Amino acid sequence: MQIDLNGTPFTVGASSLADALTELGYSGHALATALNGKFVPAAARPVTALRDGDRVEVLAPMQGG
Amino acid sequence: MRLYDVELSSRLLLGTAQYPSPQVLTDAIAASGCGVVTVSLRREAAGAGTGVGGAGFWSLLQGCSARMLPNTAGCTTAREAITTAHMAREVFGTPWIKLEVIGNADTLQPDPFALVEAARTLCAEGFEVFPYTTEDLIVAEHLLDAGCRVLMPWGAPIGSGQGLRHADALAAMRAHFPAVPLIIDAGLGAPSQAARAMEMGFDAVLLNTAVAKAGDPVEMARAFGQAVTAGRTAFEAGLMPPRDMAAPSTPVLGMADLALWDTA
Repeated sequence: MQIDLNGTPFTVGASSLADALTELGYSGHALATALNGKFVPAAARPVTALRDGDRVEVLAPMQGG
Repeated sequence: MRLYDVELSSRLLLGTAQYPSPQVLTDAIAASGCGVVTVSLRREAAGAGTGVGGAGFWSLLQGCSARMLPNTAGCTTAREAITTAHMAREVFGTPWIKLEVIGNADTLQPDPFALVEAARTLCAEGFEVFPYTTEDLIVAEHLLDAGCRVLMPWGAPIGSGQGLRHADALAAMRAHFPAVPLIIDAGLGAPSQAARAMEMGFDAVLLNTAVAKAGDPVEMARAFGQAVTAGRTAFEAGLMPPRDMAAPSTPVLGMADLALWDTA
């Protein structure tokens, strides 16, 4: 299926948010996720199903003022 | 200084953006003596393996002794800010959130209505909210009613370096909320401006650009740290009230009468 990840289209085979993150190469440090504008806690990612056209946001710590 | 039941030894809060390098940022934090740094969340590129963008900054933060204050910078609606706060709480592991809801792209002025709405929701959810607001007293009352225990009025628009643009209104705010920790957030460009805020009785200042964009950010961070300390010491010592007219500091009593000998 195709999802929109941080504003860019990606094709993924994974059916859950957690598996999609692994498939797309996310690992190793703190990340926060949102699906279609709603926060998805880390614990809920394995049971959060993805559907074609979903909008996924993956955020990481960055410099800020 | 206590902010949400946390005792802090420094009254300077420092932003972490726009520094020329991670090393300069780390050195600036150390030189400033600040106890709190502000941080953000931004999109992390896919396929980055361990995460090239955020991982470096994340490891830098792990080596920093300062407490983290995540922000909702860039959010323009209450819903966006609330969702960002949820994400920040999970990543940074703190209930602290610097709540920014921007209402105007040119001035980066907060949207007071969305700000209060977001603050009410987040406080009810257990967040300890640091709202970036204006010097408006009514908005401040609503933020306190929403559950905020700290207020962060702007000195001037973010990144402008103008200092305390409405000093009289800020002084009124200080007088109106004597028991509420008030932090001047944004608009400071020079250590003298930070010292002035502290002399006025503000509890702390938060700044970023003035240090990050200085010719020597590390020395400027040190200067701001010193200015904040000097300003606070002066406030606690009690500043003299200003006078309209001159008043001699040397006593007139006992002065020699030399005018009689002036024969010219």
